[in-house]
Amino acid sequence: MNKKPLAALGIALAAILATTGCGSAGSPEASSNEKVTIRYSNFTSNGGNEKNLDTIVQAFQKANPNITVQVTTLPYKDYATALQTDLAAGTQADTFDIEYANLRSYVSNGAVAPLEGVDSSKYKQSLLQSYQSDGKQYALPSSFSDVVLYYNKALFDAAKVAYPTSSWTWADETAAAKKITDSAAGVFGDFQNVSFYEFYKALAQTGGKFLNDDGKSVAFNSPQGIKAAEWLAGKSGTTMPTPAQGAGTPDFDTKLFKDGKLGMLHSGIWVASSFADSPKNWDIVVEPGDTQKASAEFSNAIAIAANSKNKAAAQKWAEYMTSSDVMAQTRISAGWELPATSDESFLKPYLAKDKPANRKAIFDALDHVALTPVIGDNQQKMVDIITNALGEVEAKRSTASDALKGAADQINALLK
Amino acid sequence: MTTVGNSKPGILSVTNARKLNPAPIRRKAAPRLRYALTVGLFLLPSALPLLFFTIVPMVSAFWISLNQWNLVGPMKWVGLDNYARLVTDPGTQGAFLHTVYYIVGYLPLVYSGGLAIALALNTRIKGRSMLRGLYFLPVVTSWIVVALVWRWLLNPSTGIVNWLLGLIGIAGPGWWTDPAWSMPAIILASAWKDLGFVMVILLAGLQAIPEELYEAATVDGAGPWRRLFSITLPMLSPSTFFVIVLSLINGFQVFDQVYAMTGGGPNNSSQVVVQQIYDLTFRYGKAGEASALSWLLFLFILVITLIQVRGQKKWVNYA
Repeated sequence: MNKKPLAALGIALAAILATTGCGSAGSPEASSNEKVTIRYSNFTSNGGNEKNLDTIVQAFQKANPNITVQVTTLPYKDYATALQTDLAAGTQADTFDIEYANLRSYVSNGAVAPLEGVDSSKYKQSLLQSYQSDGKQYALPSSFSDVVLYYNKALFDAAKVAYPTSSWTWADETAAAKKITDSAAGVFGDFQNVSFYEFYKALAQTGGKFLNDDGKSVAFNSPQGIKAAEWLAGKSGTTMPTPAQGAGTPDFDTKLFKDGKLGMLHSGIWVASSFADSPKNWDIVVEPGDTQKASAEFSNAIAIAANSKNKAAAQKWAEYMTSSDVMAQTRISAGWELPATSDESFLKPYLAKDKPANRKAIFDALDHVALTPVIGDNQQKMVDIITNALGEVEAKRSTASDALKGAADQINALLK
Repeated sequence: MTTVGNSKPGILSVTNARKLNPAPIRRKAAPRLRYALTVGLFLLPSALPLLFFTIVPMVSAFWISLNQWNLVGPMKWVGLDNYARLVTDPGTQGAFLHTVYYIVGYLPLVYSGGLAIALALNTRIKGRSMLRGLYFLPVVTSWIVVALVWRWLLNPSTGIVNWLLGLIGIAGPGWWTDPAWSMPAIILASAWKDLGFVMVILLAGLQAIPEELYEAATVDGAGPWRRLFSITLPMLSPSTFFVIVLSLINGFQVFDQVYAMTGGGPNNSSQVVVQQIYDLTFRYGKAGEASALSWLLFLFILVITLIQVRGQKKWVNYA
């Protein structure tokens, strides 16, 4: 009789132990014949390229019948937070996308496994090297992209303005944007995010520097910095929609362009595949500079989790996803960023495709690259400080020089 | 010798001295043990979640708060440095100020609004039950949905609120795009959502007030205002106290609506404490500082709540 509560307690405890997973054994490294499932977490296929990723996954599974790839796709906005949380909990996927700016902190924290036996001849060397540290390869570059100026030819024709050329400067862009803007019809001339990522590039376009050479203090608090901030913020409310009109919300800018209500759009080549025939007649050109040309280049890479139980299979997938012919062809035919492969013959059919006609601009832009300033652990804080300061200038609550001075003080404190 | 659950050791030892056979003691102790186990078993369903999801995280958070940790790499012991840094950090001070601003704006609004509706719905008007249900609807709606709807309503250029203000000749403010108006926007949405909850609590309190008190007061010549201030409000004070304590605790923990409506912006003007904890952990990789801030917030709420419990004797009427 009086054993019953004890027995019940015992059962309850057993149930708790079972549900909390205490005492479960980890599975050992799978042998080559065993069927394994590896997980791949990514943001690069989000927003239109999910099907293209699936094509590559299917081809890989066909070639490696023992390996199943389980894909998780997250929007870029949520990806870093989700990955951070997964890494803390030890629940991250075997393979996951990383960006160049985050590599340093993941390597120093031991989150990613060094890769051995990679056929380096298959990769574009400059990109492969950017994911090395202490002579070890920590991730494989999957794709690269840059930012160009998209323009809607119909709006240029209607405003009787000549199409942008690679020799355009900020002044040309402003003049055209003013002529195209027609607020009564809801048509805007220009769109460029007022954010960190546009600012460091605009700064380079006007000949300024973000960090001093020693990397210990910032250099953007300069006449060039003020000019760059005013250039970006000054568009808002004149030739460009304000945040209250929707600017800054996801997909707002691309939708405006698709609807034929935007003359020019500064955006990455990853949005090109979603435009197709809307608007009807559009093209791209290297972004205008001020005193010089500068374009943003981004690359993505795939890393393998340090605690992955199937590292061999994971690396097989990572190599396939970054260097196989199927991957390269799929990316090229879909216009989904560009493969980071050394074999440039893939690019020929890409350059020959008709829309956008001026695909050469994508490669011309790479002649003058403005690299993302990287400061390590406080990277995101720095990005937020700059974006906040620019927001104040955009809303005319602060002058560019005051806002940049405040931002410079805060970032210098982070660099100490 | 075990004396489990026995609060009278003196008597026990006398028994022990007199009898060598411990059987009577066992017979006494056994029901107690069984009783304790039975009680324990019934407590288990709520005690275990409390242990695993509140006590354990709180203790671990305290441990983390003494370290520098980016969630990914190893922890580094820093002692009380995180606390020292937070106390002098303008961002944290701002977050506390904005949270207090939120509470000062939200509490009177939601209480007076909830009271007005409760008083109205305590009369015999038509469709009373349906109206009560309608007012309660926002309470059970997800904050994300409510926040998005309010973001549309308060859109500075295309929102219906500014359009209506425009009809009567007022130029509506920038709401969530203007640092001066971002917090009022959040307060407005929060009060609207929680109105139904306050109404339900106060309505229950109102219905517990005996009708005779009003009758006697009316006979003595008390008008409606007099009855409100001399009977309704004093008799309602236990419910009021409950609403205030709960709203204050929830107010300090305000997060969902801020995250979904403004994300703490523009320019940190609506950055509240919990949003700051979230940003520190998941955006900036400073789990140590975030845990320290969680503990500071906990202590802050504890002190405020203790003061209230002390202070209630002066004004809460449990007659």
